[in-house]
Amino acid sequence: MKNLAPKLTAEEYEENFAELHPPLSEDSAVAEANRCLYCFDSPCMKACPTHIDVSTFIKKIASGNIKGSAKTILSSNWVALTCAKACPVDQLCEGACVFNDRGESPIQIGRLQRYAMDWYVERGMPPLFTPAPKNGKSVGVIGGGPAGLACAAELALMGYDATIYEAKHEPGGLDTWGIAPYKMKRQDSLNEVTIVGRLGVTIKTGVYVGGNISIEELLNNHDAIFLGVGLQTPARLRIPGEELPGVHDALYFIEKVTSRKWNSVDVGKRVAVIGAGNTAIDAATEAKRLGAEQVMIIYRRSKDEMSAYDFEYELAKSDGVVFHFLAAPKRILGSSHVEAIECVRMKLGVPDYRGKRIAEPIPNSEFQIPVDMVIKAVGQATEQNFFSHIPNLKMENGNVWVNPETCQTNNAKFFAGGDCINGGKEVVNAAADGKKAAHGIDNFLTVGI
Amino acid sequence: MIDLSINCGGIKSPNPFWLASGPPTNSAYQVCKAFEAGWGGAVWKTIGEAVMNVVNRYGSMDYNGQKIIGLNNIELISDRPVEVNLREIAETKKLWPDRAVIASLMVESKRETWHEIVKRTIDTGCDGIELNYGCPHGMSERGMGSAVGQVPEYCTMITEWVTEVSTIPVLVKLTPNISDIRFPGRAARKGKANGISLINTINTIMGVDLDTFELNPSVDGKGGHGGYAGPAVKPIALNMVSQVAADTEINLPISAIGGISTWRDALEFILLGASSVQVCTAVMHYGFRIIEDMTEGLTHWMEEKNYRTLDEVRGKSLKCISEFGNLNLLYKAVARIDESKCIQCNLCYIACNDAAHQCIDLLPHGEKNQPTVRESDCVGCRLCFIVCPVEKCISMVRLDDASETITWNELMKQMPQPVTWEALRQFQHKHGIEIH
Repeated sequence: MKNLAPKLTAEEYEENFAELHPPLSEDSAVAEANRCLYCFDSPCMKACPTHIDVSTFIKKIASGNIKGSAKTILSSNWVALTCAKACPVDQLCEGACVFNDRGESPIQIGRLQRYAMDWYVERGMPPLFTPAPKNGKSVGVIGGGPAGLACAAELALMGYDATIYEAKHEPGGLDTWGIAPYKMKRQDSLNEVTIVGRLGVTIKTGVYVGGNISIEELLNNHDAIFLGVGLQTPARLRIPGEELPGVHDALYFIEKVTSRKWNSVDVGKRVAVIGAGNTAIDAATEAKRLGAEQVMIIYRRSKDEMSAYDFEYELAKSDGVVFHFLAAPKRILGSSHVEAIECVRMKLGVPDYRGKRIAEPIPNSEFQIPVDMVIKAVGQATEQNFFSHIPNLKMENGNVWVNPETCQTNNAKFFAGGDCINGGKEVVNAAADGKKAAHGIDNFLTVGI
Repeated sequence: MIDLSINCGGIKSPNPFWLASGPPTNSAYQVCKAFEAGWGGAVWKTIGEAVMNVVNRYGSMDYNGQKIIGLNNIELISDRPVEVNLREIAETKKLWPDRAVIASLMVESKRETWHEIVKRTIDTGCDGIELNYGCPHGMSERGMGSAVGQVPEYCTMITEWVTEVSTIPVLVKLTPNISDIRFPGRAARKGKANGISLINTINTIMGVDLDTFELNPSVDGKGGHGGYAGPAVKPIALNMVSQVAADTEINLPISAIGGISTWRDALEFILLGASSVQVCTAVMHYGFRIIEDMTEGLTHWMEEKNYRTLDEVRGKSLKCISEFGNLNLLYKAVARIDESKCIQCNLCYIACNDAAHQCIDLLPHGEKNQPTVRESDCVGCRLCFIVCPVEKCISMVRLDDASETITWNELMKQMPQPVTWEALRQFQHKHGIEIH
């Protein structure tokens, strides 16, 4: 890549990547907790995929029983600190708060959850749960992201011997390396890994199933297998110039920015991000905060079709990210490195089967934008090659098919959850799946269904 | 033109709002500042015996993030010499001739001592005297304050010592730390008091520190009961004021005290028979400036209701006070939930199900559950109405046509005594009252 933005100093990095939502003080947390009505059968609890008993944990904050509050939270959600910081709360719990119906601002559930979890972490994460005596059965969990952590923790509590196989050197999955640092820190996710590990879960890192260990070996060692492998294959643009130096994958970029080696990440002065999902916004915002002079998001449909949440869109705009809607990349230009991107103007046609209007190119409307770096954020796909090694595994729309009640796959010994079954949703969905799968596995290994 | 002026047992003021005897009336500086702000009168901080205060005098009851729902104190009567207080009272009265300046007194139980302090007080030119028979801490152990208020005979005796020499009106301030407030009230009447002030503070311990195990507030590790005031005591004060107001033997003007923070609170006391009202805790929380809203709010209410003077308003609620045996047993009302207002917090459901009569069902309603009253089983207890956080969402709807009334006392005259369950059941059955 040529034409690099100057590197940030450590102080500049701290400032640019400071938390967007600072923690609540004790007084403000108690005041906010007291505002909660303590609804019964509350809509916030139902709106949370993991069904955290929100009003109960909030009332415990109000009474000063923060440890009990953390226990209420963790008993439903093993990655509750990540969720507190990264969940789209206005779409979930806070969006369901009854105060919305009264024309008042909803209770700040996410920040209160974070308050309780921060308190618990700051006090060294003392034990809150007693795992059942070992039942002699063993489960292998492939993938140490939120789905795998939740599944393994829940199994350990029930007395199972749970082993997580994580391909990377640090567990936590996207929670550790895929969330923008101004939303949460890597250490938050690693603390959740510690909480799960202390329940007696064995966590093996740097183990790539299908590489240094085979699926057959896992089947020999375990009574059941949970697949929490997420999505591994970045989707391709399939346009000329995609292989040029200076073209990067968004998640790879975010991972490096999130890591300790943020200072080694090169950012061009002019950056084009392709796609308009939440990952695209993260990549664009991070590029801008790392010092890029111009950052643009190129999206082939309009604002109404983009999958990024409103608050993400607002964040990007306030960071000075420019949006090119109804523009599709056609070629990436450059002799030895990225120099420009050629796009074609689009128009919207009839809706497709998902209800999204199909974008069609307008003939002879091509235009070029000079850029130094292209970040691809057009989604990811499941690793079809990996799944082909599991007999009788049924796939559906490119994802692993599971029974929605139990998370059991078509192969009775395999269960799955998280992004590999839903194509990429929130952390909280993965946490809910992992837990559900653990109970599915328990049912399978005890009742035999 | 609205006239807010009052006459309480011969003490006149341009509005009914007096500062109660306490920290806000400790000095001429404060009382003059309060009059400047618009207060109608002030009962000076009690003067009398030599005292010495301790540090950490107040404790607050905070609730759900709201500060000072209640305030307790272990502060004593004025710790400034009698002559300083009397001089400042005289100066203040001279500056503010139209306001009520009342001296609060507490001295040892000796006739001559009382005669002397009363005479010196009258010499200041003040409008009246209030006898502090209420303080529950510090002074009572020395045979003063509530030690007097709790013994009707002492109450009469000391009041007589005062009234036999006083040429100005005398109010007796009662302690609520007693089983029946009417007895000291009648004793004050017997001692020829011109009016009754109530209530003084209630005995309380505010709290215990869970780390140090000391009381709140703590004076170098030790503490004890203090006197409780503020918004939380208002219902207790309303009851006691109404008891004194309705008592035909007492029949004296009342200066009401107890948790009055706004004009609305004040009006409730006036409707129950009070002539003037006294405020302390609200001023300790927010300062003298609250008087603006108090006089303005009261004036606007009177304009809206078409009253010109407080005499037209005073005691209007006394006729609504009744003993239980005279309440209508056939008045029937049930709870109704306005589903268009309901936010499905389901607090009514859980309260009814766990703590009342299990007559609210949660019925599926889209993605939420809608609480719905089974009216045939509703006993009309009103708990759901109280817990509902949405204005006018749950209402108590009258079902009987008011054509028939019967009270317990009337019913007992009709029924053979002692009344049996069987006889009551027959009566209930006849009137369609089902007890589950």
